[in-house]
Amino acid sequence: MGEVLRHAWIVAKKDLLLEFRSRTALVSATVFTALVLTVFNFGRDPTAVATIDLAPSILWVTFTFAAMLALNRAFQLELENQALEGLLVAPISRTSLYWAKFFANCAFVAVVEAIGLPLFVLFFDVPVGGVLLPLVGVIALATLGFVAVGTLFSAMVIRTRFAELMLPVLLLPFFIPPLIGAVQVTARLLEARPLSEVSGWLRLLAAYDIVFLTLATLLFPSTVME
Amino acid sequence: MVRAEDLRHSYGNVWALDGITFALVPGQTLVLFGPNGAGKTTLLKVLAGLIRPAGGRASVEGGARAVGWISHHSLLYGQLTVRENLLFWAALYDVPRRVSAARAADLLARLGLEDRMDLPVRVLSRGQAQRVSIARALMHDPHVLLLDEPFTGLDLAAAAEFRGLLRELAGGRIIVLATHNVDEGVELATDIAFQSRGRFVHFAPRAGRGPSDIADAYREAVRDG
Repeated sequence: MGEVLRHAWIVAKKDLLLEFRSRTALVSATVFTALVLTVFNFGRDPTAVATIDLAPSILWVTFTFAAMLALNRAFQLELENQALEGLLVAPISRTSLYWAKFFANCAFVAVVEAIGLPLFVLFFDVPVGGVLLPLVGVIALATLGFVAVGTLFSAMVIRTRFAELMLPVLLLPFFIPPLIGAVQVTARLLEARPLSEVSGWLRLLAAYDIVFLTLATLLFPSTVME
Repeated sequence: MVRAEDLRHSYGNVWALDGITFALVPGQTLVLFGPNGAGKTTLLKVLAGLIRPAGGRASVEGGARAVGWISHHSLLYGQLTVRENLLFWAALYDVPRRVSAARAADLLARLGLEDRMDLPVRVLSRGQAQRVSIARALMHDPHVLLLDEPFTGLDLAAAAEFRGLLRELAGGRIIVLATHNVDEGVELATDIAFQSRGRFVHFAPRAGRGPSDIADAYREAVRDG
């Protein structure tokens, strides 16, 4: 296990360094997040629907699509000069490769969310002061599930034509359960309701993370074999 | 030792490998000739563990750690410097940092790229990137070198330089080099194979044959095969 994680860290560090150098995907995802929040902010009628009713859905739609931009790039950068071939020849387990991409994607999506959340608070004027910690916890819980599934699917579609189009089409159905859970929990948190009201949704999010992280770890090796 | 036993693999109904069997010991350099689509790359990918063959068995003594893989793609990251690329690949093979830093400097000096060490790979020419790719494959001092069309993109001088380096590396190592160009690599070979439609139509020691003899035998074998 130690070796798997050590190799995963080497590859993840390289991915983060590449992203830090180019900043292409990070800038795109951040600008996308800001634009979506702006569009929703000006495109809604505050007298028709209360902000508090709409805000959780807007937050999660924004984060879901921003995450997809991040997930698309995970294996794209291995296609440059066919570096993926070198990774597959190297004496590292395929599991290391999956965890590397998982770590790097989590870090990448976390940065986008860390920029998106203050913008969301700013645009929608929602009261997050007292619930910031649980809200960050829910975002982390849902993000882990998104990234676990998304990393697997981005490896599956990378050798297909129109990979960037295929990924959202394949991913969105799998995102529905955690998306519903995340929206429900966020709504209750913003209404200052006790967490006990959403313990079922929290369990669903945790179970989704565990199940899909395990499944993806097991399935990944066969997805990258030619 | 590198061993292939009755390897079979197909893409749809096209055979890329059709009963290929051979064994190589250290010191042997097998140069594999064949037209496009003959299955040379598939054979190398099976030996490298990139493709699981539909039938038969391939083994490399020492496993993945013993293999150095060079293809016509550089397998390098354009945004990273030459040094960062080499250290990254060495780390994946568990080469200690101190050793890999010294080895990177040595290999780049031998390949005439010591002054490119801190440049991002994206600014290098195709030939320079290919030379860095050669250094990448040698960073973990592999016992087996698998080379798929490695001369692609190299000019005459760089190709000659690369052949010299391979000659130097050949002692004590096993090298399998695939190319469709008979003029490339003949002089490096201890053994020659011609592959056509997934089969070895000729597999024999080079036995002093020159490029023109090989070219004649190749044309004949591929036509008949």
